[in-house]
Amino acid sequence: MEKFIKLDTTAVPMPMENVDTDQIIPARFLKATTREGFGDNLFRDWRFDNDDHPKPDFILNNPTYQGKVLVAGKNFGCGSSREHAAWALYDYGFRVVVSSFFADIFKGNALNNGLLPVQVSPEFLHELFEAIEENAEVVLSIDLENQKISVPSKGLESDFDIHPYKKTCMLNGYDDIDYLLSITDKIKDFEKSH
Amino acid sequence: MGKTLFDKIWDAHVVTQAEGGIDVLYIDRHFIHEVTSPQAFAGLEKRSIPVFRPQQTIATADHNVPTINQHLPIQEKLSRFQVEKLTENCEKFGVELYGLGHPYQGIVHVIGPQLGITQPGMTIVCGDSHTSTHGAFGCIAFGIGTSQVEQVMATQCLLLNKPKRMRISVDGELQSGVLSKDIILYIISQLGTGGGTGYFVEYAGSTIRSLSMEARMTICNMSIEMGARGGMIAPDATTFEYVKGRQFAPQGADFEAAVQQWSELYSDEDAVFDKEYHFKAEDIMPMVTYGTNPGMGIGVKEQIPQAADSDSPKSYQKSLEYMGLHEGESLLGKAIDYVFIGSCTNSRIEDLRIVADYVKGKKKADSIKAMIVPGSKQVEAQAREEGLDKIFEAAGFQLRQPGCSACLGMNEDKVPKGKYCISTSNRNFEGRQGPGARTILASPLMAAATAIHGKIVDVREEVI
Repeated sequence: MEKFIKLDTTAVPMPMENVDTDQIIPARFLKATTREGFGDNLFRDWRFDNDDHPKPDFILNNPTYQGKVLVAGKNFGCGSSREHAAWALYDYGFRVVVSSFFADIFKGNALNNGLLPVQVSPEFLHELFEAIEENAEVVLSIDLENQKISVPSKGLESDFDIHPYKKTCMLNGYDDIDYLLSITDKIKDFEKSH
Repeated sequence: MGKTLFDKIWDAHVVTQAEGGIDVLYIDRHFIHEVTSPQAFAGLEKRSIPVFRPQQTIATADHNVPTINQHLPIQEKLSRFQVEKLTENCEKFGVELYGLGHPYQGIVHVIGPQLGITQPGMTIVCGDSHTSTHGAFGCIAFGIGTSQVEQVMATQCLLLNKPKRMRISVDGELQSGVLSKDIILYIISQLGTGGGTGYFVEYAGSTIRSLSMEARMTICNMSIEMGARGGMIAPDATTFEYVKGRQFAPQGADFEAAVQQWSELYSDEDAVFDKEYHFKAEDIMPMVTYGTNPGMGIGVKEQIPQAADSDSPKSYQKSLEYMGLHEGESLLGKAIDYVFIGSCTNSRIEDLRIVADYVKGKKKADSIKAMIVPGSKQVEAQAREEGLDKIFEAAGFQLRQPGCSACLGMNEDKVPKGKYCISTSNRNFEGRQGPGARTILASPLMAAATAIHGKIVDVREEVI
């Protein structure tokens, strides 16, 4: 997993709420046996029509909005547990998703892949959408070390929560599996009495 | 202070605590399938490590298998490759596989309980969000991502924050024609798709207790649709009776000893939940969904709510637009094109019996295309043994072969763009059953009645 420390970037706004993982990556694109290439089909059915032409009114097809942060409506990532949703967002180039509320499994999957979910208050999310609408080139700053997200040019700033263990993993690029493999003796001991 | 059922099982599975108070949870059973496992196996290969406990890992092919001609090679190249990859991986890593053609093959959440692999008090995971189904046996069962599939393969453990506890009680007697699917669709419509996020749910109350194991599974199955990590029901005599005698369940004296232990699995009277909800069974009508998430459900006699009353009118309007429906509209009498009876929510033998009982001696409407997809080879065999296939055939339905099928349209079982499908599955997301498909979630009885009438009816007026 790649490290995440601090990022300054423009953002892509997607105010739609309850975006489920079937929209992020439809089931018919889950047939790959590797983790790469899912970005091509990110938001496939919102991004392309039946003839594979880009839909001009979809935000990812609007050249005005670019950046490594996706700012999304509440309950982002609900539905299926497919980790492919986190892979697709990451493969497309996103490193952070900001929302006022994340579905549990998506949040875990994102954290396991170096994609930082930043949960902010509904009010702060609203302010972010307004700032981006006002100026598509406005820069968001995400500082994991200090757990702060800000829009310096607008004087907006908010703290965000992250589990200390997950924070350490993200800052250092550690995977859970490395830790678990280091305690297999403990696991074997547990099994004896289980 | 007493403990909840959830805490009793969770605490008994904590191996140790890692930095920051995160728990290392031991996993008793790990189910895998072709879609979310290949990258996990590849991870093990990269590290040159084996599956830690292959005998606690069970594989099946279900998500993208065809539901006709399963004896022939899979036509679609990518699906075939993925299923072959699963076979190859299981051979290489020594994991038992119930693949296509095996008498135990079927939807992962149907076969686990049916074979007695799922037992009270266990922790169970699978790379599939509907793993919550197994909670019906008094298990902590939940869906995980592929990185976690790899972790469980490598160590039989996961690093997890303990969720909060919620109890949802349903008491009273259900109206005739109202099934467990209606109970859970009703609960989700009340709590919303995010109402359970951060929680593990225990379902309780006299209505829940009165349900069969298969009906309980339908309820636990859809816990994820309100955002809950999982759902569970305390095991009781109904549970023990169901587990008894199944292939992989403890037998004889071992079973008796197990029942002794399982009987301790309940929430103590003074146990405290972080959140509680109470519902009355009498308030529940046969349910139908009208939007693009499972929380957008109404009683069949009710009208589609106004956008202004939703907490996100824009998303709500977009949803209705996709469905081709309007505020204030009733779905009663709505003409339907497709009927799908299947999925890990409603493809068990009881579901097929309910459908057969209703369609017996009737004929499917000509305008309806219908698919009945059993949850497993064992369900299929049982249905044939009971002659349900003949009843379906006479009524104009075909009993297909097991798989996830049109629940998520990974195989060729899809609903065309713009068509309405009344479906016994669990998700009505945009494009879930195929690009542009319009899904209406309902019970198997509502689906059967729709197939006969060609439109949505109130089954309560038919089954008295």
